[in-house]
Amino acid sequence: MTGEMQGYLLYALSLLSLGGIYAILALGLNLQWGMAGLFNAGIAGFFASGAYTAAILGTPPVAGRLGGFDLPMPVTVAAAALFSAAIGWAVGRLCIRLRTDYLAIATIGIAEILRLIVRNEGWLTGGSLGISGIVRPFDGLGPPRADIGYLAVVLGCLVLVYIFVERAGRSPWGRTMRAIRDDERAAAALGKDVDAFRLQAFALGSGIMGGAGALTAYYFRFLSPDATEPLLTTFLVWVMLIAGGSGNNRGAILGAFLVWTLWSSTELVTGRLPADWAANLAYLRVLLIGLLLQVVLQRFAGGILPERARR
Amino acid sequence: MRILEAQGLIGGYGAMDILKGVDLFAEAGRLGVVVGPNGAGKSTALKAVLGMLELRAGSITFEGESLGGLSTSARIARGIGAVPQNDNIFQGMTVLENLEMGGYLVESPLAPRIERMFAIFPPLAEKRRQPAGELSGGQRQMVAMARALMAEPRLLLLDEPTAGLSPAFRADIFARIRTITEEGVAVLMVEQNAREALAIADTGFVLAAGANRFTGSGAELVADPDVRAAFLGG
Amino acid sequence: MLAFVNFYLIPGVIVGSIYALGAVGVSLIFAILRFAHFAHGDLMTLGAYLALSLVAAAGLAPFLALPFAMAGAIVVALVVHRLFYAPLANRPTIVLLIASFGVALMLRSAIQLLWGVQVETYVQGIQRPLVFFDDLRIAERHIYIVLATVVAIVALHVFLTATRAGKAMRAVADQPELAELSGIDRKAVVRQVWVIGGGLAAMAGVFLGIDGELDPNMGWDLLLPVFAAALLGGIGRPYGAIAGGYVIGLAQELATYPWIGAEPLLSPGYKSAVAFALMVGLLLWRPQGLLRGREGT
Repeated sequence: MTGEMQGYLLYALSLLSLGGIYAILALGLNLQWGMAGLFNAGIAGFFASGAYTAAILGTPPVAGRLGGFDLPMPVTVAAAALFSAAIGWAVGRLCIRLRTDYLAIATIGIAEILRLIVRNEGWLTGGSLGISGIVRPFDGLGPPRADIGYLAVVLGCLVLVYIFVERAGRSPWGRTMRAIRDDERAAAALGKDVDAFRLQAFALGSGIMGGAGALTAYYFRFLSPDATEPLLTTFLVWVMLIAGGSGNNRGAILGAFLVWTLWSSTELVTGRLPADWAANLAYLRVLLIGLLLQVVLQRFAGGILPERARR
Repeated sequence: MRILEAQGLIGGYGAMDILKGVDLFAEAGRLGVVVGPNGAGKSTALKAVLGMLELRAGSITFEGESLGGLSTSARIARGIGAVPQNDNIFQGMTVLENLEMGGYLVESPLAPRIERMFAIFPPLAEKRRQPAGELSGGQRQMVAMARALMAEPRLLLLDEPTAGLSPAFRADIFARIRTITEEGVAVLMVEQNAREALAIADTGFVLAAGANRFTGSGAELVADPDVRAAFLGG
Repeated sequence: MLAFVNFYLIPGVIVGSIYALGAVGVSLIFAILRFAHFAHGDLMTLGAYLALSLVAAAGLAPFLALPFAMAGAIVVALVVHRLFYAPLANRPTIVLLIASFGVALMLRSAIQLLWGVQVETYVQGIQRPLVFFDDLRIAERHIYIVLATVVAIVALHVFLTATRAGKAMRAVADQPELAELSGIDRKAVVRQVWVIGGGLAAMAGVFLGIDGELDPNMGWDLLLPVFAAALLGGIGRPYGAIAGGYVIGLAQELATYPWIGAEPLLSPGYKSAVAFALMVGLLLWRPQGLLRGREGT
């Protein structure tokens, strides 16, 4: 294989791996927003808490920082999901009863707190140095086999999450959830504990986001406080879900891959430009993605794959 | 003189028709009362007159001109006042401010009109600086009517003005409504207390299942054995 | 004691003024349009950068550039409403929140495109504070910030309680349908809300720039304390939002004072967590206060 060919292959693998991780994030958000109508403006917080949990548990010991447990990936990913779900549960406990605007504000708050902790608590998170030395499974195979192996891991996780949320959606639990979203009072009148159902959906969605964070930490083999920045997680995932079709899991996955392809292929273009142009185009790209969101909201309210009417 | 003429109103919310052919009219200086069981479409008919409902068929003319296609605020500007059943006062605003909002479209000074309202509803005068949300039920209803009257509408629509009031207050509100008609205003009132309301009505409309069942003078309807049997509890 | 006043109390009042100005807009927008405006912080940033252009190009003092920055931010707020919020008027209000989330990013990236990402200041060099009573030091700019905030708040109060348009705004916030039945033009009220919200946001942004530095993330970083202030005051109640702004501003500065021993009570790195902590406290102890936030002013 020529060097150039291998470059394209690695690019495609990277696109698919990160696209798959975004698809998992979008499924998590779809569980919260699409099914339960709960607004989460702090995806970055749940994502980063998962990423750091996995990085701290999964790396060898380093002087001056907690960690060094060197646990295997399945354990760390599960722990990441559990930890983020616990945070989601705690936030939900506080404000799930209130109108969803308050939940939105509270989730911004939790994301901000986590950002501060990551930046300030070097003994825990490595501070601005971040955490390096995260080893992926299959890394011993060398590129591109290691990357193919990791893509398989990501896609495997995506399939598992998809099956889980689809089953949940079709179950009596999912039907109740949508009934609550569409008419809270009617559902309450039928004796459903509206708050409990919502809390479960919010915690589950947060847990899925935490798992996606863990996968990202392994993907980059390195984790820095940039993981807490809302642009690449909170904002992009919202655009993905709205564009793909909130309420529809396949729409969420499709939206994630489409928007991620759009987003990262513009990077190919900007990468070939002079540095100051490249920086400007990067901002223009954010502007255009923001505009895309507005167009979808106004013209294609249901997204590409709108929610199917179910009985 | 009939200043409002609504004929063959058909419409509702979404795909469901609540009105299935309703005729209403209102005359200057007269009180029209709309009665009927729950779900008959009484309040919905008033909303149709105000343009707050999509009509599939029917015509509404006010003072000889069609209201078709006009927004609610345009109908208000033409001289129609309305008091909804719920949320009919600005709770966080003082009585005085409520009246000022009622006269929002009035170009002349509001002070004489406000004094006139205090003359019609004396209990409000001393409460003028209190938030309307702190008043008693009967006084709130007075604020609600006074707000609507500030614009000096020629037609006043009242949706269950005595809901939740004790019989004593109910009689008091009815008496004040008669005062309003005596000044030449046409009043169209939806009322749950059918017998009492028809007793003071010039015209009564008995609606059931979205259509007119009986129309006549208040006295006729109260006396009609069919109306009594079906709608007035014998 | 003087160190306490100079380094904790005065900064708290300044930051509180900035939060209050932002929170009033958030609160009014919520009262009329019923959604949490996520682009409000970036509207502040925009105001700060508009003033920067005037300071740099025309050599104006930042306080003289303020009216122009406010006018510019108002125009942008009105255009954003027209293009991105008004078309969603008949949808659930949460859709407006999502749209404002997108607008926040669009505004920020537009600012990065137009002004770059490096940190800027209005005035180069060290600014000497005025000296009163030997040791009590108050910078001239801080006096102006507090005075201007008080003027803005008094003007807002007069508008809301003594003018026809201001009362109409309260009426729409109180009972939108009844306001329509009174002939109040909701669209005009909505425009006025953006004029007030946009203008005060620009004012907050310029003051933030005067007090420190400008960077494209300054407004987004302010969103949490500003929302927390609006919540603390009972969202939808502008006077509450002003009080909430000062409470949060003072609390976050005073929390870093060495109340016990020589160490700061709270590490300064966690200042912005104070807003969140207060909000959580409020949610725990007085959630009914939030639910009531729709009534009154």
